[in-house]
Amino acid sequence: MSEELVAPSEIALKIRSWNFDGYVKKVEHLLKGLNNWAQGIPLVLVFFAIWEALPRLGIIDPLFLPAFSTTIKTLFDLTVTGKLLLHVVVSLQRVSLGFGLAIIVAVPLGFLMGWYNKFERYTDLLVQSLRNISTFALLPIFLLVLGLGEPSKIAIIFYGASWQLLMNTMSGVKSVDPIYIKAAKSMGLSDWDLFRKVILPASIPSIIIGARLGAKIALMVVIAAEMIGAKSGLGFFIQNAQFNFMVPEMYAGILALALLGLLINYLLVWFEKKTTSWKGEAGNSILG
Amino acid sequence: MDIIKAKELHKTFKLKHGQEVNNNGVIANEIEVLSGFDLNIKKNEFLVLVGPSGSGKSVFLDLVGGLSTPTSGVVYLDGKPVEAPSAKTGYVFQQYALFPWRTALSNIEFGLESRGVDKEERVKVARELLSLFGLSDFEDRFPYQLSGGMQQRVAIARALATKPEVLLMDEPFAALDAQTREILQNELIRIWEGTNTTVIFVTHSIDEAVFLADRVAVVTARPGRIKEIIDIDLPRPRNGDVRSSIEFAANRHKVWGALKAEVNKAQQDWKLAPVFAE
Repeated sequence: MSEELVAPSEIALKIRSWNFDGYVKKVEHLLKGLNNWAQGIPLVLVFFAIWEALPRLGIIDPLFLPAFSTTIKTLFDLTVTGKLLLHVVVSLQRVSLGFGLAIIVAVPLGFLMGWYNKFERYTDLLVQSLRNISTFALLPIFLLVLGLGEPSKIAIIFYGASWQLLMNTMSGVKSVDPIYIKAAKSMGLSDWDLFRKVILPASIPSIIIGARLGAKIALMVVIAAEMIGAKSGLGFFIQNAQFNFMVPEMYAGILALALLGLLINYLLVWFEKKTTSWKGEAGNSILG
Repeated sequence: MDIIKAKELHKTFKLKHGQEVNNNGVIANEIEVLSGFDLNIKKNEFLVLVGPSGSGKSVFLDLVGGLSTPTSGVVYLDGKPVEAPSAKTGYVFQQYALFPWRTALSNIEFGLESRGVDKEERVKVARELLSLFGLSDFEDRFPYQLSGGMQQRVAIARALATKPEVLLMDEPFAALDAQTREILQNELIRIWEGTNTTVIFVTHSIDEAVFLADRVAVVTARPGRIKEIIDIDLPRPRNGDVRSSIEFAANRHKVWGALKAEVNKAQQDWKLAPVFAE
């Protein structure tokens, strides 16, 4: 509060120098973030070292667990020859289709459920019953009904990703501070403007968290779906490698999956920070 | 000339199922907040409402702002009954209620957007107001980057942007520290003196009431109605020095004299119904 007592001209001076410092601060912040991230590297290296050592020392048969270096080399070869890329692209396509559908359907539905109590009362029991069944348990049903082709895979991804989006949109709408609504109404906003200019932006942070969790589930579900009935995709690749006893390829596939998951998570975290920058640092915790 | 006429206002709130309240010995499932509330407010006047907690001061503001409808009675604004929020009123809340996803500038533009004012004009008006409050260098800041005092300045600017005839202020400075509060009172007086806006200001602070008001309306303990209206005979323009004058103390004493009995009554009331003490 001390700046209250500073004369306006002094404030202006202060701000100019802040703006210059702003860039320095941004870089410092980035370095700090990188530094925090880098602190996690040693443990990952230890993990890889143990992975390397176990088969080499003969503690685990290299036939079942090829050394880390072998796996990396296989992953490298698979990447260079483009053999892996095709499967990654196919999996990502399925994920984006299913996830995109989930956004189109679940977000508007979440708004309806959050805003109209009546609508929620009618739908809540069904929603709660369905969302507590493991998506994986429903996979056979999707395959039975929609067959082995693309629709069943996209449908199950859509189904799995929808729940988090739905729940988070709903709770986002419900937790809009009533004072914002009162303030907007006092300025004579129409219902549509109230939704567009207050409810929607106020629930964005909650929706984005839902999207992050939903995208994670989509990535898990696509692998499972591809393992059951598919001729392409990362899930199929891993499963196929296992069936044909191409053990290094199998591990390489799993490693690729881990990298992909990591990449998507960082992308979504970045997107979240970008879209909710108005919440300040405190609002941007990195959730699971 | 009276811009606002409140006639025989009654407002009763239904309580939740199972909740009860003792209304002068009668147990009921509803609570009467305003009863026979009459008040005329002159154009360009700075009217301050004081009264014990729960006496319906904020409810009265909501009725004037069209955010709530009276159970019976009418509020006339410019001779017409208030039925819905209108461009004639602007509202400032204790919790600032700035939209956190909008910058200071864009918060001030908010009310103008829904009135179809074009971007250029909106920005012009918003910048003028920011400079009036000494916040020109903060236009791109989000609310979280502003102190409480700055946020409330932006909120007042937002309410003024639509050039309302009546500015409703519901304990706007209650959440601020004592120094910031005095500074903002001075600023509000300065800005109000430069406009021809009517202000209805709710506060629990008698000092604040006396410093700001042309007239202080003392509201009774629940159910609220006007007990007494006290003319504050301090000269304008006023500045901080007036606070330490003998006349200030005399006015303060008058207001407190009218208010004391009501506060005591309200406290008895809360003792009877501790569930509602807040």
